[in-house]
Amino acid sequence: MRWSLALTACLLASCVTINIYFPAAAAEKAADKIIDEVWQLKPVPPDKEKAQ
Amino acid sequence: MKTWVRHLAWWLALMLVAGGAWAQGANLDIDSPAITAIRNAQAARHAQLKPYYDSGAIGLTRDGMIAVRDVSLVPLAQRANLTAWVAEENRDRAALYREIARANGHPEWEADIRATFASRWIAKAPAGWYVQNAAGEWVRK
Repeated sequence: MRWSLALTACLLASCVTINIYFPAAAAEKAADKIIDEVWQLKPVPPDKEKAQ
Repeated sequence: MKTWVRHLAWWLALMLVAGGAWAQGANLDIDSPAITAIRNAQAARHAQLKPYYDSGAIGLTRDGMIAVRDVSLVPLAQRANLTAWVAEENRDRAALYREIARANGHPEWEADIRATFASRWIAKAPAGWYVQNAAGEWVRK
């Protein structure tokens, strides 16, 4: 009984831990995508260029 | 130890590993309507701001914003416009960081998101633009 209680507590704690970590790599990827778009750093794809 | 306890322990270990991998590989949501509106406004405004980045009149601050660096580089007639654009851009940037944190269910991430953007704006800035170093001094890239 004690064991299962301790394990359940660990399980819940691990779920919370995973969720509160700031995802630094994902944030960097998101920032790069937005910056490329705002500063127009990436060339316009050819099909879009034709449409313009 | 009972068998089911061992099984539970294995599951726990597996969840920790898988969860960690997921947290690193997952994407942040940057496509909420509020975020999209801000991104579009910033992209449109950039055409106005670009010549001033190029001349060094404005630069990128270390806290993820922009600032007028040397107003003497701006013709008198353009100064009011530039000041307004810089203020609008900073308003959008603050809103962008706040909205990304909110769209992902973690308003408390705002400062981390701002810090991430601050370093990425500076890293991606073209040569010749002015950026602030860690001490807040302007340096030319």
